[in-house]
Amino acid sequence: MSTSSSSSSSSSSSSSSAAAGLRLEGITVTYPGHRSPVLDGLDLEVADGRLLALLGPSGCGKTTTVQIASGLLAPTSGAVYLRGTDVTRTPPERRGAAVVFQQPMLLPHRTALDNVAFPARVRGRPRRAARASALEHLRRVGLDALADRYPRQLSGGQAQRVALARALAAEPAVLLLDEPFSALDPGLRHTMRELLTSVQREWAVTTVLVTHDQSEAAAVADTVALLDHGRLLQQARPADLYAHPDSLAVARFLGCATALPGSVTPHGRFACPLGELELPGTVTHRGTGHLVIRPEAVRLDTGPDGVSAVVRSVRPEGPFTALVADTAAGPVHALLPPGPQPAASERVRLHLPVAHRWVVAG
Amino acid sequence: MSRALRLTGAALLAGWIAAPLLPLLVWAFTGRWVYPALVPQELSARAWTRAADPHQQVIAATGTSLGLALATALAATALGALAARGLVLYRPPAAGLIRLVLLAPVLVPPFALAVGVQEVFVRAGLADRPAGVALVHLVPALPYTVLVLIGGYAGYDLRMEQTARTLGASRYAVLRHVTLPALAPALLAAATLAFLVSWSEYLMTVLVGGGVVTTLPLLLFASAAGSGNQAFTAVLGILTFVPPVVLFGATATIMRRHRAVWAEADPPAAVPGSGPPAAVPGSGPPAAVAGAGPPAAVVAAGSGSSAAPPRFGPSDSTPGPGRSAAAPEAGPPAAAAGPSPSATPPGIDR
Repeated sequence: MSTSSSSSSSSSSSSSSAAAGLRLEGITVTYPGHRSPVLDGLDLEVADGRLLALLGPSGCGKTTTVQIASGLLAPTSGAVYLRGTDVTRTPPERRGAAVVFQQPMLLPHRTALDNVAFPARVRGRPRRAARASALEHLRRVGLDALADRYPRQLSGGQAQRVALARALAAEPAVLLLDEPFSALDPGLRHTMRELLTSVQREWAVTTVLVTHDQSEAAAVADTVALLDHGRLLQQARPADLYAHPDSLAVARFLGCATALPGSVTPHGRFACPLGELELPGTVTHRGTGHLVIRPEAVRLDTGPDGVSAVVRSVRPEGPFTALVADTAAGPVHALLPPGPQPAASERVRLHLPVAHRWVVAG
Repeated sequence: MSRALRLTGAALLAGWIAAPLLPLLVWAFTGRWVYPALVPQELSARAWTRAADPHQQVIAATGTSLGLALATALAATALGALAARGLVLYRPPAAGLIRLVLLAPVLVPPFALAVGVQEVFVRAGLADRPAGVALVHLVPALPYTVLVLIGGYAGYDLRMEQTARTLGASRYAVLRHVTLPALAPALLAAATLAFLVSWSEYLMTVLVGGGVVTTLPLLLFASAAGSGNQAFTAVLGILTFVPPVVLFGATATIMRRHRAVWAEADPPAAVPGSGPPAAVPGSGPPAAVAGAGPPAAVVAAGSGSSAAPPRFGPSDSTPGPGRSAAAPEAGPPAAAAGPSPSATPPGIDR
């Protein structure tokens, strides 16, 4: 019964993009026997038909957020809206928020086809119709040839694709993916990401992807929400998140280790022991703060605008070289491309491109 | 070479279990068998006619036994599943203590347990009634179902149910399509054990049933200890061991055929889990043992030795069926005593 209503409302709400696909409002979750909440007044919004990556260290509350959104867990306080409707008290089976976990969780006694037909079957659709549409969903993830296989006859990646097809077959208002690719090996993870983005775009299903892998988040998401200690640190497009972090914590989590203390002058220059450094016009912050710059942006340069530094450590990082050098204002981290590298204790000049400089408060 | 060895081993084992049943079969159709004849002088179905006589209560007792065993299997499995689910999936603070309490009936000597239970049941007004006996059969059956289902839940992932919920399945649909199929092998194994415990229960039935509730083991022990009618006792013995063997042989076959399609077929995976291939054959022998116990008592009774051992027999062999699942070696000694009826002094029956 909810199948028809959810599919009709999806077509109507995608035309009117006013209501968010998923909105969490002031969600607080405190587990019994714990003093500090897992989620602490979390506000989160996913635009209809978009893919949001929920990023954060383990234990930050990502999985709890999925449980709240799906209805598997009731929040201590706060409200959940799906397409503008308050579903806080709606049980999971009538909510239309399908979850895919890290493990595929396929029913072992049913074939891939019957697993995908499961959502339609439990909603009372006849077997023949359910199987026909299930086969269509399997085709979308490229597994229609394996429809008759049992889960134990599928590889990890295939099983996870069946799980994805099954979740889509439920025609959910929102698709919740809880670290769905973490158990797969790197090459496969890559393929699955591409599959996810293509399927998600095609179906325009509102999606939340929980991950602790920032490159995965950046690769697939329209927006990334960074979570820590049950709070939303920042929500932005991936590129913005890297270029313009809101806080030192966001910059640190995204691998930006350089943070030089100082302050922004009223004229928009950064005053620190290195002198007054030029800043890009996008920096609107004034007063004390930290100058951050991504390690990939820093270069070794003998030019006149370089900063004098002493190399503290050099170590290989994949094809790159991770370098830490001490300046008068503090350590600067750099990721250098292949080529001749300085040795430890060597005096070098570092070029910090103005366009890549950014200042965070605190 | 190793295959031949394995076959020989299997044949020996089968012989070991089947041997005591052979004289039972022979005796059931014996009209006259006087020492020193090696085979009966006269074959007859007289004992069966007698068993069919309503005055002998055999048919009624079989019905009572069956009803009690089915009720016990159902209730003990359901309760065991709930207990195991709570213990394994939700890890309560005192899980160890709760488990100990649940398993206590197999740890406490049956006699001590039975006396205490009878006291409680008499005070509660449950004594001398089938409902009371059904309830008391739960006591020794529950530890087995809890143990088996703890194993069944060990490999179970709650997220399987959660996923199904978010896909639109109600709690009932989850139970039917997710939980029950996943636990089916363990549930079947647990129900098998509970059925067997109830089916061969003697002590509790006597004490709480107060002689009003008559089951097959009660008739069997009475006949074995008092009548001296070996053919009739043999018939009762057959009636006691055939139904469980047939019932669970059938369910195990169905289960295996059903599971073979999707479950791992290789034995290493089946052994640690409580899959039916491992659990049912494992609980099959106790059925045979439970059936084989009484014939040993028959031989002892018919051997003309003093009345003491047979009278002691029931109380001695009652824990047998209960224990046999935990310690199968309790069976073979009884079985070993079985296959030598020709050496026993004449047990005359006309």
